[in-house]
Amino acid sequence: MALAIRYKKLVLHALIIAGVVTMLYPVLWMLSTSLKPSDMMFTDYSLWPKKITFDHYINGWKGISRITFTTFYMNSLVLVFTAIIGNIVSCSLAAYAFGRLEFKGKKLMFSLMLITMMIPLHVLVIPQYIMFNKLDWMNTILPIVVPKFFATEGFFVFLTIQFIRSLPRELDQAATVDGCGPIRIYTKVILPLIVPAIVTTTIFTFIWTWNDFFSQLLYLTGQEKLTVTLALRMFLDAMGDSALGSLFAMSFLSIVPVFLMFLFFQRFIVEGIATSGIK
Amino acid sequence: MRTEAARRRRESLIPYLFLAPWLIGVLAFSAVPIFTSLYLSFTNYNFIGTPDWIGLRNYITMFTDDPQYLQSLKVTLMYVFVAVPLELAFALGLALLLNRGIGGLGIYRSLYYIPSLIGGSVAIAILWRQVFGAEGIVNKTLGIFGIDMPSWIGTPSHAVWALILLKVWQFGSPMIIFLAGLKQIPNDFYEASSLDGAGRWKQFTHITVPMLTPIILFNAIMQMISAFQAFTPAYVISDGTGGPVNSTLFYTLYLYQNGFGNFQMGYASSMAWVLFIIIGIFTWLAFKSSNKWVHYDN
Repeated sequence: MALAIRYKKLVLHALIIAGVVTMLYPVLWMLSTSLKPSDMMFTDYSLWPKKITFDHYINGWKGISRITFTTFYMNSLVLVFTAIIGNIVSCSLAAYAFGRLEFKGKKLMFSLMLITMMIPLHVLVIPQYIMFNKLDWMNTILPIVVPKFFATEGFFVFLTIQFIRSLPRELDQAATVDGCGPIRIYTKVILPLIVPAIVTTTIFTFIWTWNDFFSQLLYLTGQEKLTVTLALRMFLDAMGDSALGSLFAMSFLSIVPVFLMFLFFQRFIVEGIATSGIK
Repeated sequence: MRTEAARRRRESLIPYLFLAPWLIGVLAFSAVPIFTSLYLSFTNYNFIGTPDWIGLRNYITMFTDDPQYLQSLKVTLMYVFVAVPLELAFALGLALLLNRGIGGLGIYRSLYYIPSLIGGSVAIAILWRQVFGAEGIVNKTLGIFGIDMPSWIGTPSHAVWALILLKVWQFGSPMIIFLAGLKQIPNDFYEASSLDGAGRWKQFTHITVPMLTPIILFNAIMQMISAFQAFTPAYVISDGTGGPVNSTLFYTLYLYQNGFGNFQMGYASSMAWVLFIIIGIFTWLAFKSSNKWVHYDN
């Protein structure tokens, strides 16, 4: 009996692992291809390259028309970090008001926030594009990052509200007794306690902004302004599939930051998805 | 007394101080654009001149005089209603398998989540072009079994399947939500039913599935909404054309071509509104049908 159960478990593990390997095979193939010399790419299909070369990484990094991936990575990082700061500041402010303060029109505004979360981007994007063009913000990161300073990502406001609501009220009451107003309560009591929500906001903003393609495609057009995502597409356009090694090398490299975020902050990501249902 | 009243008044304004960024954001980036977009949808506007009011003409053209539009609608509906059920089936299946207490849940869950993490990126779309190319690993694998296939990406009848599989591949995130839901089912239910002599299958159909239905509904709606708006993979895989022969012309891709390729911004706005309405209708239908199949315990 015990043996039968252990045997069954083993079969289950084998099944699950086979699933993992099948799922991740394409990504591993990309990595392995990017490390193979060009002449072996289509002859040697094994995952373990018989000969390893970093040429594709060196050549790929040189980028397109003399702009290297150093520029593209810098652009992406500036974009991502500005977006993160915007989201953290604006979403925590709004979440504190919704989660703790009393004011006229609160219910109405809360429903308004939930409604804005459901409007598809495509309904808003054309007027926004016209507006940003009038403001002369084209080919800058402003159309992408400025809205983030105005709490436009309702998901994060919602997530932080839920988190603030779970904090014991006694803490703010004690601070009020000590003579703190809402502003001091926010900075001294709430902010330090909502660090987990802030971390979740940071990680998801990082991953989504890093991977985002649509907004970047719309607003960033100059070659020196391209982000990693846009550079990859440009690379594909310029070289087609002929420089497959470099294309794969740069593509693989572009998902490494996301991997690293995931590796270090797994717990926050899994809890974030499980509690709020976000992507 | 007067200073006390003034202080109160000042304090009653403080909440709005915290809300100010959000309020401005809603106005400037949601409210104004949504009404502008509605207005533009009734106009002919090419981005340079002034919008020309043409009433319902955009909406009529769409359904009567634009075969490409109808094609994009067809491709998208097929994508959504094939990919999402398949994705959810895999998510649920794996969640059930992982939930059997065999250990290693944390690591397996993370590994299965990786595709969801990167699936929407340009890098993966580039990879997918190769994986489903003529000499890609999919065809190489099928070749072992003697199945000879053309390039999926280059064949009109196959291209959309590469995109469907890309969506299904990302079943990790609904799987995590299912796992969280499975944990919520009280163990007593299973114990009580075991005492009553219920077998595994009976427990599955009478306890697990009914208890999970609210989460199935939630996942189905969320995945459907995101699938309707899929853009990047179709754009990258077809070089922005929606080809071959419009077989991967997703709704949002055609909208993009109209709005930002041809600068037919009035027409693109009306397309966006129809998409909004379609998503709204399907979401409403899902909720409406839910009292027939979703189990809510009060």
